[in-house]
Amino acid sequence: MRIPMKWLSRYVDLTGVTAEQVAALLTSRGLEIAGIEQLGEDIQNVVVGRIDSITPHPDSDHMLICMVDAGSGEELQIVTGAPNVKVGDHVPVALHGSHLPGGVKIKKGKLRGVESCGMLCSGEELQLTEHDFPGAGEYGILILREKPDIGTDIREVVGLNDQVLEAEPTPNRPDFQSVIGVAREVAAALGRPLTLPKPQVKEESGHNIHDFVKVEVENGELCPRYMARTVRDIKIEPSPAWMRDSLRAAGIRAINNIVDITNYVMLEYGQPMHAFDLACVDDNHIVVRTPRPGEEHVTTLDNKERELTPDTLLICDAQKPVGVAGVMGGLNSEITENTKTVLFESAKFNGYSLRLTAKRMGLMTEASQRFVKGIDIEATQTALERACELVELLGAGKVDRGVIDVVKTDLSRRTITARPEKINARVALEVPAEQMAGILNSLCVPPTLREDGLLHVEVPHFRDDIEGEADISEEVARVVGYDHIPLTLMRGDLSRGRLTLRQRRVDSVRSLLCAEGAYECVTYSFTGPAAYDKLLLPENSPCRSSVKILNPFGEDASLMRTTLAVSMLPTVALNLNQKAESFRLYEISQVHFPAGQEGVIPEEKQMVCIAAVGPQEDFYTLKGVVEQLCGGLGIDDYSFAAGGPEYYHPGRKAVLTIAGKQAGVLGEVHPTAAENYGISERVYLAELELDALFAGIVPERKYRALPRYPAVDRDLAVVLDASVPAGSVAAAIRKAAGKLCEKTELFDVYTGSHVPEGQKSLAYSIRLRSDDHTLSEEEINSAMHKIVAALEKDFGAKLRS
Amino acid sequence: MNEKLSIIREEALAAVKAASSTAELNDIRVRVLGKKGELTAILRSMGSLAPEDRPKVGQMVNEARAEIESAVEARTAALAAQERDARLKAEALDVTIPGKKRPLGKLHPLTQTYYEMRDIFVGMGFTVAEGPEVEYDKYNFTMLNIPKDHPARDMQDTFYVNDDIVLRTHTSPVQVRTMLSQKPPIRIISPGRVYRSDDVDATHSPIFNQIEGLVIDKGVTMADLRGVLDVFAKELYGEHTKTRLRPSYFPFTEPSAEVDLSCMACGGKGCRICKGSGWIEILGSGMVNPKVLEMCGIDPEVYSGFAFGIGIDRVCNAKFGISDIRLLYENDLRFLSQF
Repeated sequence: MRIPMKWLSRYVDLTGVTAEQVAALLTSRGLEIAGIEQLGEDIQNVVVGRIDSITPHPDSDHMLICMVDAGSGEELQIVTGAPNVKVGDHVPVALHGSHLPGGVKIKKGKLRGVESCGMLCSGEELQLTEHDFPGAGEYGILILREKPDIGTDIREVVGLNDQVLEAEPTPNRPDFQSVIGVAREVAAALGRPLTLPKPQVKEESGHNIHDFVKVEVENGELCPRYMARTVRDIKIEPSPAWMRDSLRAAGIRAINNIVDITNYVMLEYGQPMHAFDLACVDDNHIVVRTPRPGEEHVTTLDNKERELTPDTLLICDAQKPVGVAGVMGGLNSEITENTKTVLFESAKFNGYSLRLTAKRMGLMTEASQRFVKGIDIEATQTALERACELVELLGAGKVDRGVIDVVKTDLSRRTITARPEKINARVALEVPAEQMAGILNSLCVPPTLREDGLLHVEVPHFRDDIEGEADISEEVARVVGYDHIPLTLMRGDLSRGRLTLRQRRVDSVRSLLCAEGAYECVTYSFTGPAAYDKLLLPENSPCRSSVKILNPFGEDASLMRTTLAVSMLPTVALNLNQKAESFRLYEISQVHFPAGQEGVIPEEKQMVCIAAVGPQEDFYTLKGVVEQLCGGLGIDDYSFAAGGPEYYHPGRKAVLTIAGKQAGVLGEVHPTAAENYGISERVYLAELELDALFAGIVPERKYRALPRYPAVDRDLAVVLDASVPAGSVAAAIRKAAGKLCEKTELFDVYTGSHVPEGQKSLAYSIRLRSDDHTLSEEEINSAMHKIVAALEKDFGAKLRS
Repeated sequence: MNEKLSIIREEALAAVKAASSTAELNDIRVRVLGKKGELTAILRSMGSLAPEDRPKVGQMVNEARAEIESAVEARTAALAAQERDARLKAEALDVTIPGKKRPLGKLHPLTQTYYEMRDIFVGMGFTVAEGPEVEYDKYNFTMLNIPKDHPARDMQDTFYVNDDIVLRTHTSPVQVRTMLSQKPPIRIISPGRVYRSDDVDATHSPIFNQIEGLVIDKGVTMADLRGVLDVFAKELYGEHTKTRLRPSYFPFTEPSAEVDLSCMACGGKGCRICKGSGWIEILGSGMVNPKVLEMCGIDPEVYSGFAFGIGIDRVCNAKFGISDIRLLYENDLRFLSQF
């Protein structure tokens, strides 16, 4: 909302107060002023001059030499190329050293040998249009028809000597969408009186609106109040300079007197108004209603056909829609040069319904915005009176007697009884009740301080946001100033601030992975169907069943990801493209799966995704990271088995099982999937579910007595079929050796010469120990025999000679 | 015999003196004192002596043995020290050659920032509450005093899953869930990822991170809010940091306040980062609206509370001098490795 200082000063005396001071006061009271614009800032040293003589240029057939009095006491010689100047004309003169919009600087110079001490300006050169200033749109020099005083700064003449506050009202203060609303706050802040217009309408037409106009509101829910007045003998003209300047400063283009009046009143009171050409309203009958069956379209003022839904509120005549309520008038009832009789509409429409309509039509206009945020139902009347008063003041027409006022709601004001001590307690202030009353009075929210010490407040409709005691505490606190609130620390029972066990475990995962050389990443949670295609996921993959966003940025961000791989692989690709050769990355984030039940929020799982890339990485280095993570977290019971989703290498992927439950997958990314992300290197990826990991953590550890008897280490190498998993062999060794087996460690895997084709050699280091005696040679040999026999039986393994 | 002994002694002592290694000394020891050594040979040959001479010679041999042994010992110690010195000298390293290490990863700057902020609040007695990112509309909006027809819904551009489920636009729904499930006193922060369908630019991302705080107890006032935020600001940016509250509006708080901190870059004098104002807007806050308490089953006549919300991304960018929020989500290692 743009608030021109000149306009503001019509309601509150701003003598001796700068725009900066007003801005600071308003900001400190909760109306943020984002900036102050100085109008005409880019025009400097341009003044009104009178042309005293004109002679032709000796060396040009289209240039003229003018002698100009610009108030400096000496005649200036200025050459111009414009043919429309006459002796006696008052024109804008850009003097030597002046600035014009667009960074243009004017200096003395010679034009075809004749000295020119400046420039006569056109409307265009001052960046003015016909809407801004009459005559500005004409080709040639801007002739100032009113003949303002010579030497006057041109900015004053064209109404650019103003400052504009750029206000950003919060949604609870729709009253700040009007100059009067802001003036009310400024007056309260300055402690100066607020002078509001008291519209007086003469009603000189001799007609009465009730004799020929009928208004019906069918849907009171959507239109709680509808008021109308009529004006006849309309003379469409440009509006006067003060009104045009005000509108321009506020950011609205002047059109003609009638339209300008509706806009002026909208900005002044925050009440959007509409003017219908009554000749286009069938039977002079206004019906506020939703569409009838078959009414599917309406053409709005901007000449666009708009689709109607059953809940679109329309302003109709006896036959057809003439506008979309609160959004835009219809083309068929637009004010034109030929308009003779006008019906002014001043109404309140339901903000929510209007918001839906405006959004659907993509038509958030100045008017609809105000309805959406809520308007003052009392101002509906004042604004209408004000519009009619302005019609008379501008001589734009004759106002008929009578006002139509259809009220479909309770107009009475909300009353609140507030306890001053509760108000103080909330904001930790000690404001006497009398001062609270004074504050509310200054805000035009009249209170009564009753004998029982309670504040009785009658809330005018422009402050519908004040609903209870808490709101009054805010009014008191913001006027007294938040700076006066003391600083204390919370009292009460000592509370134990600490992280939960799970939160500490998530932190541990981060630390462990950083210790493994992995950098933490944070990526967006969105993905799209194309990403799942890239991952080679089959049509029926459960990972494809994602939570869909109704209003996404685009197809590729329309789903909530079900796997972090869709984010990790692009991140890997990005870093490879940046010439990183060897790196590890990880991300901890949520994935989402639809609940499978209407109206229930999706299932969320917190995952960690780890990626490893580089010449020294392979499946086993990544597996090592996963094992370190398990070990670091304190998980004893975990195992791996071949398997995993489609986007992994079919022979190099594994499922991690913890405490009997699948906890994740790891492996080399399938080369086709990697290529789909533009990756030609091998990428190793692990995706683990945090809660499944945490479920395997041994909660409490108990001391085990240290060994008292020596251990015996034996090495064993066997040759067996290459397809036998080493994990099974180790398990068989442990089982065969029974409780004597303290440790088995695979230290060599060999294929090649001396090992038959299709077979491999596995070498284990086995540590045997008893906890109650020193093992004898016989015991050791017997254990080793059992192991060898078991391996032979289970896997056909032969001792390697 | 005497003479022979004397020669053995002299020769042995001279050899010990001349020895240049512990190995050489060992040879001497074996040659002179060993089982088949020269002195032993003399002892063995004592049988040929007159019985009265034997004790005397025996004593002389023992004296010579002791003398030679101690000379060997002393010389051994001296040589060992020399040899060790020589070895240590030879083993000297260039300590400026880089160490051998396994690479370390780093926490994302957002996590580092979050940890720092979290520590401050945990130190003030807050616990950390978490909740779903895809959330019921009623928890994200309605129960926070933002009904469907509330104009404030326009303040937050929302991603919808359906009419009743949204991507949470703030972590406030976690506050609602906490109030519904826990009796006061409540003192929580709720960190996490939030979603807004804002246009993406250098300062706006459709996904960003927040920490919200909620305190509910008997007699909690706006002065407590100021106090907590003041401690937070001073812990985060140093003792000299000032806080300023400005009236504002959030549907779930009343009164509401924007909180500015004195600019950490210029200390409040005004600079490019604070756009000359000396202040940086960093927080939204206020006293919990009694309507919200009521909807969450807490009696506003008995309890009061305050709430606040901070963008982690913004604090992170200010802390590290990061100019574009999008860098945080690109995960370029040249970026990640800087922090």
